[in-house]
Amino acid sequence: MVKRYGPTTAVDGLSLSAGRGKVTAILGPNGAGKTTTIEVCEGYRNADAGTVRVLGLDPARDAGRLKPRVGVMLQAGGIPPAVPAGEYLRTLSRFHVKPHDTAWLLDIVGLTAHARTPYKRLSGGQQQRLSLAAAVLGRPELVFLDEPTAGMDPQARHATWDLVSALKADGVGVILTTHFMEEAERLADHVVIIDHGRTVADGSPATLTGSQGQLRFRAEPDLDIDSLLAALPAGSAAKESPAGRYLIEVPGGTVQPALLAAVTAWCADRGVLPSSLQIESRTLEDVFLELTGRDLRG
Amino acid sequence: MTTQPIAGQATATATDQGTWTPGPGAAPMRQMIAAQAAQETRQLLRNGEQLTLTLVIPLLLLAAFSLEPLIDFGGGYTRIDFLTPGVIALAVMSTAFTSQAIATGFERRYGVLKRLGATPLSRPGLIAAKTATVVGVELLQAAIILLVALGLGWSPDATPAAIVVVPLLVLLGTAAFSGFALLLAGTLRAEATLAAANLIYVVLLGIGGVVFPLTKFPRGARPVLELLPTGALSTGLRSVLANAAAFPVRDVLTLAVWAVVGIALAARCFRWE
Repeated sequence: MVKRYGPTTAVDGLSLSAGRGKVTAILGPNGAGKTTTIEVCEGYRNADAGTVRVLGLDPARDAGRLKPRVGVMLQAGGIPPAVPAGEYLRTLSRFHVKPHDTAWLLDIVGLTAHARTPYKRLSGGQQQRLSLAAAVLGRPELVFLDEPTAGMDPQARHATWDLVSALKADGVGVILTTHFMEEAERLADHVVIIDHGRTVADGSPATLTGSQGQLRFRAEPDLDIDSLLAALPAGSAAKESPAGRYLIEVPGGTVQPALLAAVTAWCADRGVLPSSLQIESRTLEDVFLELTGRDLRG
Repeated sequence: MTTQPIAGQATATATDQGTWTPGPGAAPMRQMIAAQAAQETRQLLRNGEQLTLTLVIPLLLLAAFSLEPLIDFGGGYTRIDFLTPGVIALAVMSTAFTSQAIATGFERRYGVLKRLGATPLSRPGLIAAKTATVVGVELLQAAIILLVALGLGWSPDATPAAIVVVPLLVLLGTAAFSGFALLLAGTLRAEATLAAANLIYVVLLGIGGVVFPLTKFPRGARPVLELLPTGALSTGLRSVLANAAAFPVRDVLTLAVWAVVGIALAARCFRWE
């Protein structure tokens, strides 16, 4: 898919597929093309090139048939500021044949006490929760959540994660964008990392982080890496970066007790005390930063 | 900010299996339009500035200019007989043009139109809901203005045809004002729409034959003023309700042309985001 705004190419040959009833997380730095991609799928804009199908329908041409089946949570706003939360949901519920009960839904998103509060008087997190309730109101088959937990407190964020998991368990597809790697790691069946309008990685969180085991420790700088490697099980890799921080990796495997014993024995032979010794696998954030770099984005 | 969690604890059923099983479907179009129109009408009636514009100002003008001889209206009219058709024209303009332009401009700014675009309510459905809202508020305005006018001694001099011709004039005026309201709201920033809609309202109140008779303006200006939508509506209503004219052909045609031009421009230029 390609989408240009004047001279700027926001989405540049991006390709992705999201399975029905699965949770797909789209990650990327600011300006990577996440929202543009989602908004083409929602039917807000037409792609300049490429093919887009949502639930088998063309979002631009089959909008009338697609919209009832899809729930949308915009990144911000979209709700009239003076309208009370409960009234907004009740009006929206009249657009659907079998909507959820709006009082129950307000309870689900913790806004029962704010049913009569105008949207503009809700806190940022409460506004997000109302917007989330509106997205699931019509019993959709698929929901698009654009940064659903931005501005939420930790309680609301965890509750939103529970809700997304419950949606998935009942067969509702979820496509969400997020800046929280933990959110994607917890929720997503499928993670797509995009940058500069292209897909740079695509797979399950486990595939992306790999099973590669890591052992990190700190010690005095300039230890003899070659000698360390010689002491380790075959296939291990070791490096010092930056000075005084050591990383041992077991490509395609996990750190075994024998490796830990070999490292500590090697250190003991040299009278070196390793500190901050950690055994871990790569996180999605490691992968994300590796793929998209550490430069700040506009 | 409440600390009540969203699912799992707030209610036992949120994470129960089957709670979220898909069952989508659009409601019948008439139900969606009715729901949206009811929502927009409530918003309008709750908004103090909008009410001032659509009800308080027309009623104040009606009362003030009919009770005190502030202006010599000429033409052998009683004050209330001259004023009532003009104030009806003003009420139509305030609802269909000024109020609708401002409300829609801010809906566009706040992403409300965008969000509605993701619901089963189609854009023609939304336009229908807005039209129903405007017509509903106009009926409310008409009822109140006519009652107050009758209380102030209004005695229309009209043929039976007025039963058809007055609603026709009002509908054409509504269409013309709505077209230009949406043209402003769909092209300018919300603040610019607010300023322009209010400015045009005040100017047309002054030169639209609402309370100041067009006969008081210089001879050369009058034909031009009668071709403005407010001038055509007030002149047309006055000739039907105060002069017992059967059918003010020129005013009907003038409003029809404004309606076609306004709606065509709005349809062409309106930007939803």
